Amino acid sequence: MANSTRPFLSLRGIRKTFAAAGGTTIALNGVDLEIERGSFVSVIGSSGCGKSTLLQIMAGLIEPTTGNVTIEGCKVDGPPRNVIYVFQQYTRSLFPWKTVERNVAFGLENREQLSKEAIAARTQEYISLVKLTGFERHYPWQLSGGMQQRVAIARALACRPDVLLMDEPFSAVDALTRVGLQELVRSLWRELGLTVVFVTHDVDEGVYLSTRVVALGRPPATVAVDLPIELPHPRDQIATRALPEYLDYRGRLLAQLFAEEGLAARGAA
Amino acid sequence: MSPSIEADASRLPATAPPKSARRVSLIWKTRWFGVGFIVLLLALWEIAAASGAVPSMSFPRMSAVMMTWWELIVSGELLGELVPSLWRMFAGYFVGVALGVALGLLMGYFRFFYSLLEPITEVLRPIPSPAYLPIVILFLGIDDEMKIFMIAFASLFPVLLNTYSGVRSVDPIQLQTARTFGVTGWKLLWQIVLPSAAPYIFTGMRVSLAVALIVMVISEMVAASSGIGYFILSAQRGFKIREMFAGVLTLAIVGYVLNRLFVAIENRVLAWHYGYTVQQRN
Ligand SMILES: Nc1ncnc2c1ncn2[C@@H]1O[C@H](COP(=O)(O)OP(=O)(O)OP(=O)(O)O)[C@@H](O)[C@H]1O
Ligand SMILES: [Mg+2]
Repeated sequence: MANSTRPFLSLRGIRKTFAAAGGTTIALNGVDLEIERGSFVSVIGSSGCGKSTLLQIMAGLIEPTTGNVTIEGCKVDGPPRNVIYVFQQYTRSLFPWKTVERNVAFGLENREQLSKEAIAARTQEYISLVKLTGFERHYPWQLSGGMQQRVAIARALACRPDVLLMDEPFSAVDALTRVGLQELVRSLWRELGLTVVFVTHDVDEGVYLSTRVVALGRPPATVAVDLPIELPHPRDQIATRALPEYLDYRGRLLAQLFAEEGLAARGAA
Repeated sequence: MSPSIEADASRLPATAPPKSARRVSLIWKTRWFGVGFIVLLLALWEIAAASGAVPSMSFPRMSAVMMTWWELIVSGELLGELVPSLWRMFAGYFVGVALGVALGLLMGYFRFFYSLLEPITEVLRPIPSPAYLPIVILFLGIDDEMKIFMIAFASLFPVLLNTYSGVRSVDPIQLQTARTFGVTGWKLLWQIVLPSAAPYIFTGMRVSLAVALIVMVISEMVAASSGIGYFILSAQRGFKIREMFAGVLTLAIVGYVLNRLFVAIENRVLAWHYGYTVQQRN
């Protein structure tokens, strides 16, 4: 694991409250995180604990009520250029009037000074990486949920940002496709030296992918567990998942989640 | 025939009645049924006028109207009136649509323009266009400028209001997505807001097309020396009743053709939208 010195992405004292008709909700109640450049951090936690809110604050889409986010020392106020956020609501984040091809090219056309040919080539490359070759001319609404999710992933990856924020990006795909996408994201992470923050419900996925897993507690959420994952790279879907360390990390995180939910942890250890 | 029986029949092709029988029994579902109804009404008109049941002076036979219409077409007289009318209509319509889209986008997207323009829109919009025609004549005279202004002004509001609603109903997630990809400001307006609001804009444009036709005829009836509206009114004043009916018939055809053209263009431009809404409903 890279051992760089100064924090790359840093969250300090993040609190977020939402005013709603029924009263105010405290979504995040003082979250502090220092994320190193090149790390792969998974965020887990029960539904509604504030994971998406946290990611959107990092993406500069929501302003925290108090606290601040900095990237390389610069305060985030508005979406930073080097950060891409993949929405949990992937269906709604695709543009229905654009074909798959045009959706995937969207980021490239707007972020980078690339020639038309370079954009077309990169678009094609990422469409094939998410296994959607042949669907370039389809509209998003002509695709299944899982295929739409892969379009959103390809659109984000094609931009090769410094920081990739992914909010439950594999929620709608089958187990095999999910393995393929996990490997894709991991290989791009390693090749391009991305910093990834990855929200998931799946503890196994979090441990397998990450260099660090952060669990948020019950709302109002703070960081409940912050666990470095020191499994060797490269990882392997079968061998890594059979390592005793892997099982140990998994067990500790599950025990924590079960305790949060008030469930007996006997089955997990 | 009840819908459920019909559905059952289509699900069981083996026991369905022979094709020709089905075709006959379903004719009321086709377009020809309604066209046949028009033909029936025209025939009744012909009979009523021929039998002398109604005064033939103000109600000529349908066949006579048709013949007059054909003569006016062949002589080029009707087209000569139609060309200036359509030019005024389209000039006014396109100006109105362009302004309506522009103002609707601005009002929907920038709070400043909404606060500035919403009250005046609400004050001007309810005035029926014939009411301000005399004022416009005072300022612009009775030539094409007046008519184009009238048509543009009346076409503006349906487009403006629909564009505004379209902008307000853009999915915030689409806007945020675009922002994360570095698309902001005018680019966001052009690349995301406009296409996303397009179905609303087209709804407004379709309403405005009908409005433009109406205002074109009215303004030509009030003050003009050419145009189809002028033609109809002066035919009536000169007791050329068949010509008068021929003029109205021409307007019916023009309105029909314009609407069909509009729908064809809309279907092409918004093909994505129809597929999208069908998928959303499932
Ligand atoms: N725009 C909003 N207005 C009001 N409350 C909100 C808003 N967005 C989020 N919340 C509240 O903040 C809390 C955290 O929501 P968030 O979407 O971050 O949860 P999450 O951890 O991502 O959940 P899930 O795993 O189900 O996606 C919830 O209680 C939610 O009701
Ligand atoms: Mg969420």
